[in-house]
Amino acid sequence: LLSQQLRLNERDLHDTTVTDGSSFNASMQTSPASMINQYKFEEDAEDTKDIFVTVDNPESHVTAIETYITYRVVTKTTRSEFDSSEFEVRRRYQDFLWLKGRLEEAHPTLIVHPLPEKFVVKGMVERFNEDFIETRRRALHRFLNKIAEHPIFSSSEDFKIFLTAASGELTSYKKQGPGFLSRMGETVKAVAAAVRGVRNRPQEFTEMQEYVEAFSQKISSLDKVTQRIVREQKEYLEELKECGPTYALWSQSEEELAEPLKDVAGCVDRCCKETEEQVKNLNDNLIPVLHEYALCTETLKAVLRRRDNIQADFEAKTEALATKKADRDTMRDDLDKAEDRLEWANNALKSDWTRWQKDMRTDLRSAFVDTAERNVNYYEKCLAVWESFLHSQRTDAEGNGNVDFS
Amino acid sequence: VERTSLLKMMEISVAEAEKRTGKNAVNMQETYTVYLIETRPVDAASEGTNPVPDSLWRRYSEFELLRNYLLVTYPFSVVPPLPEKRAEFVWHKLSADNMDPDFVERRRVGLENFLLRVASHPDLSSDKIFYSFLTEENGWKETVFETGFQAKADSRLKALNATFRVKNPDKRFAEMKHYGDELQSVISQLLRVRARAADRLYGVYKVHGNYGRVFSEWSAIEKEMGDGLQSAGHHMDAYAASVDDILEEEEHYADQLKEYLFYADALRAVCRKHELTQYELEMAAQDLTSKKQQREELATGTIRTFSLKGMTSKLFGQETPEQREAKLKMLETQIEEGEELVKERNAECEEFVKSAWVDIERFKEQKDHDLREALISYAIMQISMCKKGIQVWNNAKECFSKM
Repeated sequence: LLSQQLRLNERDLHDTTVTDGSSFNASMQTSPASMINQYKFEEDAEDTKDIFVTVDNPESHVTAIETYITYRVVTKTTRSEFDSSEFEVRRRYQDFLWLKGRLEEAHPTLIVHPLPEKFVVKGMVERFNEDFIETRRRALHRFLNKIAEHPIFSSSEDFKIFLTAASGELTSYKKQGPGFLSRMGETVKAVAAAVRGVRNRPQEFTEMQEYVEAFSQKISSLDKVTQRIVREQKEYLEELKECGPTYALWSQSEEELAEPLKDVAGCVDRCCKETEEQVKNLNDNLIPVLHEYALCTETLKAVLRRRDNIQADFEAKTEALATKKADRDTMRDDLDKAEDRLEWANNALKSDWTRWQKDMRTDLRSAFVDTAERNVNYYEKCLAVWESFLHSQRTDAEGNGNVDFS
Repeated sequence: VERTSLLKMMEISVAEAEKRTGKNAVNMQETYTVYLIETRPVDAASEGTNPVPDSLWRRYSEFELLRNYLLVTYPFSVVPPLPEKRAEFVWHKLSADNMDPDFVERRRVGLENFLLRVASHPDLSSDKIFYSFLTEENGWKETVFETGFQAKADSRLKALNATFRVKNPDKRFAEMKHYGDELQSVISQLLRVRARAADRLYGVYKVHGNYGRVFSEWSAIEKEMGDGLQSAGHHMDAYAASVDDILEEEEHYADQLKEYLFYADALRAVCRKHELTQYELEMAAQDLTSKKQQREELATGTIRTFSLKGMTSKLFGQETPEQREAKLKMLETQIEEGEELVKERNAECEEFVKSAWVDIERFKEQKDHDLREALISYAIMQISMCKKGIQVWNNAKECFSKM
């Protein structure tokens, strides 16, 4: 029963704010539409989702050196590889970055969902602004959920440690990773491969690259357009806020007209509130999703690059085997390994690409459907406001005996 | 709308507007607009026959002349205002150019409204000059000038512009004037705010057009999502385009407000004219009192009021009894005339107050009715806008769900 409840609520957490993080709030509103979406989604995933992650409860920590924010990460799971069914840890942004890096290292051609940016310069005065923290919290929540839903990432040991280790344990675990020098070595190899360039890139990966390029432009445009809409709405709101008070002021000079003028003032004020709500919705729902997918394209480009490098490495080794005379056995071994790596990388990318596309389609579709729904809602509320004004005027007029509503 | 005897007789409309070019007073070429006033006898329409209406062309300056005449001739009436001379309180998309066809069209409507207002006014509708404005194309201007209203206009204008203090202001008129001030101030503010809000709303809607463009481009690189995106894009274009009609309708609302903005001015003019009448009465009364006092002093030989003559006569010797007699006689005549003047002015004042107050009450009722209707039509506009929004976004939502 708990897992059923949890399953439904987990989906909602993609879009709703978790105000009280102490327990899953069963009273969170689930619209029939979103419930249908959940089941559609689950068709393709495993039959039962067995891990649920939430990110909430930001807290600020002050030390001698720095101030930073930690977030509470709560995990509920029935998986056997976990020692317990519930975990609660605190993590900071750095920790998320570390996890992302580890996943990318382990699976260079799989697509890791982007993290929110480190520091948004435009419009943000400080990192500890409430809105910024909330936006970041939601993005971190989505990030972990994407990892948890990923067929391969969700069984990563690093992911498990991230979700379960106490802060001290995590720190020492982090230190255990491949040393600085070996990481440097990998980077050098990657740069060399990049410089070499790939010779016979399969057509499908070239198509992928072209798609990513075009998609990146479109999604970035959508992000910009939506931001502009928000700006224009805010400016409209500023002007509209002066209308109501002006009608109210006018009503003070009038006798017969005082009542209808006051009513109009009230209507305008209520529409203002709805407009404010609508702006907030765009900011909280559509813009973060568009932004995330804009960041995704950077990830996709990096993944394609890394695949290219693996192929370039293989091609180089093939060439080396053909030309060099010494160490043929070792070189053949290396070549076989490189070939395996390439095959593995290509297959991983292909299947993850399909998964990503499906995900993207679902996410963007639901974000736009949601936006459209909210807009309908907005207009419906404003409509009701003005209709009730009309109604009150009509009943007044009929009462006074002058009816003229042609 | 009051069915005056004029309106019972004829239908009035301003049917068209046309551009003309000609030479003006200083012999320079100018372009101006003329408006076609059509009048049609009421009976004809009801009898089923549809004769060609009588018509003549007038330009805005002639309307102004008519109104100025009415202002001077009926100072106690709240004379209906003309539509604005220049476009004000415009939001940026609307042209402030007098030649702009939209402005001309709105002015045509405003002029027709003006004529109908005058034609339904109990006093103004029976004015002969007004009647000939509607029916006599040639020589009307001369007829107006022959009434000599300009002379009255000039002197009254000077008086109105001068600042003067009324000793015992009529409370009701003072309140009315104050109301006129407030009405003018608040409607100006409302028009300003509304224009700025309209500007912003225009921006919001039009930016959505960009969604249309980007969705269309995006649909080209997608397989399954393509159709949904493409059709959603069309709805975004429709949404962006819908704001033009919305704001055009709102202009009518703004015009209704503007009429009462200018009406506030007409109301204040009546109050000012009353003040002037009151002032002239007070001046006459004051003059009479001082003359009576002078007579008393002369008769009794006591000097209560200071006068230079009195001082000089003290210094340079008394005047002769003959001189005093002559002076007394003159004062008597002046006092007689003064009493007549005061009586006259008093009657004028009372007459003015009576007529003005009747028209002010009529105006109040008209204003309350019209503005309430305007507010209702504003609500109807908002409702229509919301319904359009609901429709577009529901359509878009359907398209999105097919993405």
